[in-house]
Amino acid sequence: MDFPMFHLDWLNDRFLIAMIAILHVIINHGLAVGFIPFVTWLEQKGVKNSSSDQVTDSEWDKMAYKLMWTAFIITTTIGAMTGVGIWFSAALVSPSSIGSLIRVFYWAWFTEWVVFVTEVVLILIYFLTWKSSNRSLNAKLKHIRFGWFLAIFSWITMAIIVAILGFMMDPGNWQTERSLLSGIFNPIYLPQLFFRTPTAMVVGGTFGLMMIMLFTKKGSDVRNKAVRAAGKWILIWSPLALVAAINYYHVMPSAMQANMSTAIGTMEFEQYYTVLKYLIPLAICVVLIVALWAVIKTTRFKAYMALSAVIAIMAFLAIFERVREFVRKPYVIGNYMYSNLLRIEDYPLYKKDGILKHATYTSVHEITDNTKVEAGKNIFMLTCSRCHTTNGVNSITYVFERMYGAGKPLNEDDMEAYIPNMHEGRKYMPPFPGNKKELRALVAYIKHLQQTGEVLEGAQSSGVVINPDNSTTSVANHIEAEKRKTENKLVQKK
Amino acid sequence: MLLQIQTPVPKDIPLELPLPEWLLVTLLILSFLLHIIFINLMLGGSILTIWAQIKGLKEKEYDILAHEIAKTITVNKSMAVVLGVAPLLSINTLYTIYFYSANALTGFAWIMIIPLITIAFLLTYLHKYTWEKFEGSKRLHIAIIGMATTIFLFIPLIFLTNVNLMMFPEKWGAVKGFLSALMLPNVFPRYFEFLGACVSVTGLFVVWYNGRRHYPFEEQYSVFTRYDVKRIGYSATIIGLGVQIFFGVIVLFTLPSKGIGYDVIAVMIAAGSFLVAALWWSYKSVTGDKRLLDARFKRIVMAVIIFMVLYGGSRQIYRHNALRKHQELVAEHTKAFQKQSKEAREHPVEEKEELELDPSLGELAKGSALFKQKCGICHKRDEKLVGPPMTEMAGIYTGKTEDLKSWIRQPGKKRADYPQMPGFKDQLSDEELNELAKFILSVK
Ligand code: HEC
Ligand code: HEC
Repeated sequence: MDFPMFHLDWLNDRFLIAMIAILHVIINHGLAVGFIPFVTWLEQKGVKNSSSDQVTDSEWDKMAYKLMWTAFIITTTIGAMTGVGIWFSAALVSPSSIGSLIRVFYWAWFTEWVVFVTEVVLILIYFLTWKSSNRSLNAKLKHIRFGWFLAIFSWITMAIIVAILGFMMDPGNWQTERSLLSGIFNPIYLPQLFFRTPTAMVVGGTFGLMMIMLFTKKGSDVRNKAVRAAGKWILIWSPLALVAAINYYHVMPSAMQANMSTAIGTMEFEQYYTVLKYLIPLAICVVLIVALWAVIKTTRFKAYMALSAVIAIMAFLAIFERVREFVRKPYVIGNYMYSNLLRIEDYPLYKKDGILKHATYTSVHEITDNTKVEAGKNIFMLTCSRCHTTNGVNSITYVFERMYGAGKPLNEDDMEAYIPNMHEGRKYMPPFPGNKKELRALVAYIKHLQQTGEVLEGAQSSGVVINPDNSTTSVANHIEAEKRKTENKLVQKK
Repeated sequence: MLLQIQTPVPKDIPLELPLPEWLLVTLLILSFLLHIIFINLMLGGSILTIWAQIKGLKEKEYDILAHEIAKTITVNKSMAVVLGVAPLLSINTLYTIYFYSANALTGFAWIMIIPLITIAFLLTYLHKYTWEKFEGSKRLHIAIIGMATTIFLFIPLIFLTNVNLMMFPEKWGAVKGFLSALMLPNVFPRYFEFLGACVSVTGLFVVWYNGRRHYPFEEQYSVFTRYDVKRIGYSATIIGLGVQIFFGVIVLFTLPSKGIGYDVIAVMIAAGSFLVAALWWSYKSVTGDKRLLDARFKRIVMAVIIFMVLYGGSRQIYRHNALRKHQELVAEHTKAFQKQSKEAREHPVEEKEELELDPSLGELAKGSALFKQKCGICHKRDEKLVGPPMTEMAGIYTGKTEDLKSWIRQPGKKRADYPQMPGFKDQLSDEELNELAKFILSVK
């Protein structure tokens, strides 16, 4: 409504965010939160297992350093930039929601930033002083201590961000209290944190196992010991991850149900939920078997086994994030704002006046027969484009054709009957906000899309057209008129 | 009239600012200062590295210097990114609609920042960790840092375009994509001033870096003395400051008149005078007594920092002036909208869901209309849609009206290959359910 609409008409806007976010989560969990403690643990093991005249077992230490080197390069490039990228993409696709969240969570994010700066400073110190710390035992022990500090700070970063993620799914008491703390301690927070912590450790260990296979020589003593150590690490954390996953799986729907207008799980959600139900045990089983093999049959452990564990755990994380995204629908901020970026509280007004009247940017503000299709385009942009494209991923013509028959000409009356009710049957979609006239314009546009295959360009390429009703001139005039009215009233009262 | 481009007045996000505006502004300026210093070091370091490495093709000592500076780029770049988060957060909070609008209007370029910087970062690591490997093909090695630097040089243009565009809502209707926003006045002069700052700040950094007592300078270099390298640092500073002053003047003269006031000009001139002082002192250091090379170092650094604070402050004053009127309109508009929204909430339009009754259907008319409205999105007469066709329903429930009603109220899960049907317990009255059932069971 109030922002120019960035739109990717083939890739789908949500996909852009999802891609960046999933990559970030995998790197954050797998190479930072769960990986740093693993590497530090290995480094410590090297000191313990060395003979008394050495600072550390130098072969072993070299291997641990290589693991850290890899994590350092990836986290300080792709990891850091995808983190920023979540912001950038959200600002483009979902400006009203990220703008609202920032106002509520400013201090949480600010704290996050301080922790984050500390984390970067620590990782720089930890990594850059690794080699020089090998001079003396004292320096080495101090270095290891830095590793543990770093691990703690990585974990705190995650703990804060999980609060914000949890809030977006279920604002809990925030609806009534509107305070930072009530937002943070929403009901999903602790279960989610409890779940993510051991899971990150498992992912970190799995990535570590893979790297050990890459960086050590076949049959070497270091490889055997390291493979066994990684296996043990994974075995220790897996049961916890499983328990936490089951717990999370149980609290999620009841928390989600509070969000849903009528208390029925949506069908699509059900499907994802089922996938999750099978995928969690499956992925954990694959990882467990691989880890067991690493511990018991160490000498016969192969790189492809580590790789399959890596793939299983990445698929698991990706699906998990996808479900987390999905269960949020139709909201971006539970019970406050729909995914089409409209606040629930404004719906009655849109119903009354239509949405175009209140849109800052629209090329049509009065619907006539001549402007119908063009109006429909604007309405589509405002109400459907955050989740649907015209011709690409999840395109609007495709979803209608799938329902009414592929290739068959779409019937405007059918669509007109469907759209006002779509949120009843399809709970992942917000209700259509506009009025009757706008509905007719929208279906005319969808029909037009099917007939012409036209594409819809976002503000980033075609710019914006300003609604004269919401331009400086008319807003200023309106405000002046309002003031005069209240002044007149005051005069009359006297 | 038609061609006239209007100025939009969007509504703001109706949540209060989380902290007083003055505090947000202070946080914005200070955190941005920290961020930009490391950006200066990252970009200035890259430029200096290229220069030194090219010189190093002939004189080995310069190659060592290049390597030493290159090692700092990757550290400074990590700091630059993480320190950028706070000013981003603050500007997003303070100028939500302005900043996000500018972002969307330059969307492709804006999102390209992410992959581009990632690539540039990876290139700087590649460059740093392959110094020995590329000993035989130096030119290729220089090309790597050259590519990274090219990207580093491009990115600030995107940021500058955004912070510039956000100040001119009257231009939003005319902008079509990044390139047209880039062409707005004042982007390029500011950009070149910034490049000057990168070089001058990095010059000072080189002086400090090579002056540290614990730095094993003598182990690195065989010909260069500390004095030589520091002199290079000061020289870079002189060049950078010169560029800054030159383009600073141009910035001042090309500022769009919208936000200019005596306050902006006064602060900018004050800022500029510190630059001139820094330039003078740097010049004296290089040309003066060898032993007094560092005598003015602290003074120069202080002058540059004060310049940065003042310059940042003047930008903020300018932004404030330029947007003040518009922000008032936005605030009023937001209030008016909230009022309307509240009224509409309290007096919602009577939404009698008018059923379109078809009289030709007789007593089935109501059931048919209800079905079309509530069930038609998933059920058709004799084909499977989302759920089974009506013919199948009638087959199951003929003579079992109550069972049918209870299914509609609270459906179970029957068919494995169908999704779950939503329940209508809260939406349909008993009377409506009767009408519906009558209609469904009438289907043969
Ligand atoms: C919150 C995001 C979101 C918004 C906003 C949204 N949709 Fe959807 N829509 C979806 C998703 C997700 C699907 C399911 C796609 C799938 O199953 O592959 C869907 C499916 C559909 C379907 C097919 C339903 C079916 O039963 O198969 C139609 C029709 C549809 N949308 C129309 C619209 C229209 C019209 C608008 C705008 C008024 C809209 N949607 C807005 C997310 C959204
Ligand atoms: C969102 C889509 C959707 C809507 C809306 C919907 N249904 Fe269904 N319906 C289904 C699905 C899916 C099934 C199959 C469920 C199963 O077998 O588990 C179904 C099954 C049924 C059945 C068969 C029950 C049985 O015992 O096999 C009846 C009867 C029925 N629906 C009636 C209705 C009526 C009446 C309405 C409108 C008030 C309605 N449905 C609205 C999706 C829907």
